[in-house]
Amino acid sequence: MAFNFTAFTYIVALIGDAFLIFFAIFQVIAFDELKTDYKNPIDQCNSLNPLVLPEYLLHIFINLLFLCCGEWYSLCLNMPLIAYHIWRYKNRPVMSGPGLYDPTTVLKTDTLALHMREGWIKLAVYLICFFCYIYGMVYSLIST
Amino acid sequence: MSAYNSSFTPAPPNGNQGSLLNGQPMQPQQQPQQQPQQQQQLYQQYQPLKPLAPSLPNPAQFQATQQSAQFPINATPTGPAAQLPPPPPQFNSNVMNKFLPPPLSNGPMAAAATAPLSNLPAHLRPPSMLNGPATAPSLSASANASISVSNGSNGALSANSSRTASPGLINNNIAVSLASAELGAPPPPITMPARPQLVPGPLGMTVKPSQLQMPQQQMPQQPQQPTAPLQHQQGLLPQQSPFMGQQPISQLPPQQQATGQLSATLPPQQPPSSQLSSQQQQQQPPRSQQSLPPFSQVSNLTSSMQSMSMSPSNGIGNATTPSYARKDARGVAVGLAGQVRQLDTSGANTLLSSSGVAPALQNPMGVPFSAAVPGNKNPASVFGVSGATATPKLANRPMPPAGQKLAYGIPAPAAAPTSAETNNNAQRGAAAALSPPTAQRPPWQPPISAAAAATLPGMAGVLQPTPQQAFMPSSQTVPSQVQLPPFGPPPSTQQQQQAQPPQQYPYKQAFAQAMPPQQQQQQQQLPPPGMFGGQQLPSNAPLQYQGQGQAPGQPLSIAQQGFSRLWGQDTIDLTQHRHILSPATIEPPKIVLHNQFHESINCNPSIMRCTLAKIPESNSLLQKSRLPLGIVIHPFRDVNSLPVIQCINIVRCRLCRTYINPFVYFVDSKMWKCNLCYRVNELPEDFQFDPATKTYGDVTRRPEVRSSTIEFIAPSEYMLRPPQPAMYLFLFDVSIIAQQSGYLEAACATLNRHLDEMPGDARTQVGFICYDSFVHFYSMAEGLNQPHEMTLLDIDDPFLPRPDSLLVNLKECKELVKDLLKQLPKRFAHTHDPGSALGAALQVAFKLMQASGGRISVFQACLPNKGPGALEAREDPNNRSSKDVAHLNPSTDFYKRYALECSGYQIAVDLFLMNQQYSDMATISGISKHSGGCVHHFPLYQKTKQHMVDSFKECFKRYLTRKIGFEAVMRIRCTRGLQVHTFHGNFFVRSTDLLSLPNVNPDAGYGMQISYEENLTDVKTICFQAALLYTNSEGERRIRVHTVCLPVTASLPEVMHSADTEAIVSLLSKMAVDRSIASNLSDARDAFINATIDVYNAFKIAQNLPSGQSGQLIAPRSLALLPLYILALLKHPAFRVGTSTRLDDRVYAMDCMKTLPLDQLMKFIYPELYKLDALVSHVRNSNLSTPQDDDDDDDELLPSIPRLQLSAEHLDSRSIFLMDCGTVIMLYVGMNVPTDVLKDMLGMRSTTELPDYVYGLPNVVTAVNDALKRFILRLNYDKPYAPIIQIIRDTSTAKAQFIERLTDDRSESSLSYYEFLQHIRAQVK
Repeated sequence: MAFNFTAFTYIVALIGDAFLIFFAIFQVIAFDELKTDYKNPIDQCNSLNPLVLPEYLLHIFINLLFLCCGEWYSLCLNMPLIAYHIWRYKNRPVMSGPGLYDPTTVLKTDTLALHMREGWIKLAVYLICFFCYIYGMVYSLIST
Repeated sequence: MSAYNSSFTPAPPNGNQGSLLNGQPMQPQQQPQQQPQQQQQLYQQYQPLKPLAPSLPNPAQFQATQQSAQFPINATPTGPAAQLPPPPPQFNSNVMNKFLPPPLSNGPMAAAATAPLSNLPAHLRPPSMLNGPATAPSLSASANASISVSNGSNGALSANSSRTASPGLINNNIAVSLASAELGAPPPPITMPARPQLVPGPLGMTVKPSQLQMPQQQMPQQPQQPTAPLQHQQGLLPQQSPFMGQQPISQLPPQQQATGQLSATLPPQQPPSSQLSSQQQQQQPPRSQQSLPPFSQVSNLTSSMQSMSMSPSNGIGNATTPSYARKDARGVAVGLAGQVRQLDTSGANTLLSSSGVAPALQNPMGVPFSAAVPGNKNPASVFGVSGATATPKLANRPMPPAGQKLAYGIPAPAAAPTSAETNNNAQRGAAAALSPPTAQRPPWQPPISAAAAATLPGMAGVLQPTPQQAFMPSSQTVPSQVQLPPFGPPPSTQQQQQAQPPQQYPYKQAFAQAMPPQQQQQQQQLPPPGMFGGQQLPSNAPLQYQGQGQAPGQPLSIAQQGFSRLWGQDTIDLTQHRHILSPATIEPPKIVLHNQFHESINCNPSIMRCTLAKIPESNSLLQKSRLPLGIVIHPFRDVNSLPVIQCINIVRCRLCRTYINPFVYFVDSKMWKCNLCYRVNELPEDFQFDPATKTYGDVTRRPEVRSSTIEFIAPSEYMLRPPQPAMYLFLFDVSIIAQQSGYLEAACATLNRHLDEMPGDARTQVGFICYDSFVHFYSMAEGLNQPHEMTLLDIDDPFLPRPDSLLVNLKECKELVKDLLKQLPKRFAHTHDPGSALGAALQVAFKLMQASGGRISVFQACLPNKGPGALEAREDPNNRSSKDVAHLNPSTDFYKRYALECSGYQIAVDLFLMNQQYSDMATISGISKHSGGCVHHFPLYQKTKQHMVDSFKECFKRYLTRKIGFEAVMRIRCTRGLQVHTFHGNFFVRSTDLLSLPNVNPDAGYGMQISYEENLTDVKTICFQAALLYTNSEGERRIRVHTVCLPVTASLPEVMHSADTEAIVSLLSKMAVDRSIASNLSDARDAFINATIDVYNAFKIAQNLPSGQSGQLIAPRSLALLPLYILALLKHPAFRVGTSTRLDDRVYAMDCMKTLPLDQLMKFIYPELYKLDALVSHVRNSNLSTPQDDDDDDDELLPSIPRLQLSAEHLDSRSIFLMDCGTVIMLYVGMNVPTDVLKDMLGMRSTTELPDYVYGLPNVVTAVNDALKRFILRLNYDKPYAPIIQIIRDTSTAKAQFIERLTDDRSESSLSYYEFLQHIRAQVK
């Protein structure tokens, strides 16, 4: 029973993951609103785009912590998502500000469905991670 | 209560809705039978030129015409007639008798053939006999100078001697030889004298009376006489031929004279080309009324006439110009129809019944007509057995409208063998009619027959297989008749004549008996002639294909094809039909709805079209067909008559907000069921009031329920703010590059001239901003004597120098504005500023317009390189032909964000890019793409290039004066189960089905891909409704609603057979542009090819065709043109690789793919190529025979010229070709064009006088030049502005521009059409 760096990492990861889950839920809701005509795509993109980079950075930060404390399993769990994030941001549409979503194309049925699916999948991933982190935290706390 | 706007014109009760759009009746087919007379009226309204059809109902008119005709006859004959041994009447009878056996079949046909020509819509009209005849005379003149020119026999002989000489087609050969040998050049004098000698004037004159009154029993007593009729007919041809000198009418053969006079009596509408037909018609009507002339005589005359007409066409067909043949065929067909009318339908019906035709089959139309024309009955009885065959056909034809359309049918007879096989569809039938030559001569070359088929108008579709067969004999007889030596020794002619009749007999009888039932079916399907207008013409093409490919005599396959055609499901082996392009524009497939909506008029296809005329019931079925599902729409198209209504509450579905439309279901008098979401809604009380009749109770009379395109004047709940005034802001680039190009002078001059014509009310405001490295404002405040300039130096943080006076009221400050426009070009004439601060100028413009919204017009001449939005050159000029095209994407989103901002404030930005060098159109055009603007591109604009200046002025003028809709939104609603998947065009998508269009203009088209949300298994029809809400320039809020209704099917073959190739190509091109931008160009190119292969694969599977069948590429008729267009797309500047293409040009071409309306897009992709020989010959002929007609309506006098495929094989050095590319029209002048043609058309003596680059049509005061101008005018009818005309000499350095567009040919880096087909075929497993 010891409160070491690993345990600290997992606690931070848990808190961070909670935020990530929030981001994912927000994304799903936002695109659902778009789909049902409640929001103007320009407004919606303006509200979503500033959140993209913080989400990515937060996710990478958590994994940096894992890297530092050698939690390879947790790191491996997140590697695919990190890779996807990087790929995704490299291929984003031409835009001057940060963000991913282009109001002129976001309402294409394909794009909309893609964003929705992405939101749901990320939500699932973050939830799984959340429980893994809890397990990792408890394990690190009791394993001494 | 609803108050109707004064502008609303109630549609006639009988479904005149057709008038709503562009004057083209919509789908007349559905309504035709109910009220023929009304249709006739409509017809007259729309096609005033076709006098015959309308006149039929009116016996009085006929008589009058007859009398007039007789008068001239009597007068003229006296001289020549006296010389001739036999009295005129006898002559006539003799002639008739010769042909008697054939006459039965021939007679009716010929008569019909003669009459119908005039009925055709102007553009559809065959060059008429003119084409054929024109060539013929020249031939005779050259080859057979010694022989009488007009003599048919001579022509036949010469034909035989001619190189092509297909045995059956003597006439054709003649025509060919003529065309080839002496197209333009036959010496008029030679031919002229010959005629008088050859053709006894009196004979021709006498013929008519004799026919009318003389009994059949009278046999020809004198040898010359029999020939005379033939001569007359043929004589007509030569006279009409362009090459003939201009003879005074009096000198013409008697018949011709008579015709000329007759035509004079005819309504002015009648086109000159149709003179022959008109003549026959006039003669016929009298007969029917008098009832007496033995049918045989009439038939003889007609048959002779027919033979005449037929022969020229055939000859032409063999010659280099297939188009002629087509036209002739049409003409014949038309004539047949006309005859039908004249003959009594009732009599025909009885005949049919007696002959064993199933009564059920008879066309309902026939009855009303017969009733209308009682006099006709007699003829039928007179005809007796022989006549019976002919009569049934006649009876079956729809009367007045039929007359017009029937014309097409007539050609079918000639084509009969092939056409008989399949035609049930009217259109197809028409095509069959076209094929007459092919029928007679199986060995016939495909191109010719195809061309003929192509020329047939949609009307042809009316023709049935049976009529064609019936006509077959006649066509055969024709050559024989032609062969008769009119002028030769009497004995020989008699022998020939005698010999001929027996031959013809068997054919006719056999055909006649077999045919009637089929004809009836065909007739039933026939659409009302008047309604369709030009649209249906194209449908004929399919017939041609089949006719060409298949041998005439295959009974089983014929039957099968007949059925498949009946259902619109015939197939074509593409590898067997290289010349697959139908003559006219391709007609969209007809939408056939279930009974419930049978009466409803669908949206005009030029406004809204779906890629599939039948919607697959499930997504899986759609996937199996491999066809894209989508609609292309031209919502703000200029329409001639649009019902506009103003009511307090607009009836809409409460659930889905659909506007009430013709396809809703009325549960009872108080409820209606939405056809999109199926909710049952209540009808407001005042909806029961019919404003037209001021009566209550019948909701079906409301304009909303009668018209699928309608405009509402919106009440205040449709406004978020008071309707904005018209606001125009112009941004001029005045950097040094812009000044060097000198566009500013042209722009200011045009603007100055059309300031008053810009749409807008008294509140209209205008403003001007110029920019180089700085931004210059112009204040035109009240009290100023001249505009004041203010210059903004801080372009990184732009602001407005003053809050007012920059946008000023146009009416109040017009003088200042004009003053400014005069000064502007001088003001910057000597600038040396290389900078162009477009971004800053846009930002201040946005601030200026923010309050009200409006339109910003940007004139950019170079790459913006200063301030915000500065760009760098990205294009590598050395890489223009590489396979990987980079930089199709914008380099920055500055302009896109700007556009989005603008769209939020109802500002649209239009871009005129007149660059000298790369200006990054891909990036800059974002300002228009996302703000609902438009882009115009004038590459390499220079004020020294006059044609570019003219072109720009035309374009800019149209831009300034066209309609405009402000603060618009468009919503597309679909029946439940479907949704819009992707939008294409310039706009901002504000929600899944709502487009934000800050401005909407009449030249913008849009496309939508449709996808499935759920299956449509339990619905029979689906609807798309496009509602465009906009503020017009008068500050009125309006809603324009278009609704299209389509049937749902579960059958894969049906889906594929109902495909609309043009719409599919349009949609594919839009998708490919997206693909090019999102992925890369080669992906898009592969997608094109794969899409084609997939479609044919899917069709093979759908049809259960054996796999691995080598050498065949079976395609449904509906998709036969797909490879042609796809290949053209692959070679289009937008998608080509391997050819040097400037990036800006490519991006602009892609932009056009996305935004052009369908009709212009098709010209952009696949330009229309015409051979102008027909025009020349037509004009000359018409001049000779009926000069008086020239004063009449211009458009109707033009012959219909068939379209050619874009291949150099159609070019020849003796002709002039016209290529209509949409934005430019090219005249290609061959090396050896006859001098007189050149002189008449272009005012030049030889082609060497033409410089390399010539623009604009020379002003020459000749009929030919005038006709060409009118022809071009007709081509330009639907275009936003008149394109520039470029004349290209054969040896010119500009020839490459012309050759480049011949997309069917092989080039260094691309396949030819045939190679492409082979590639597709190899891939189709």
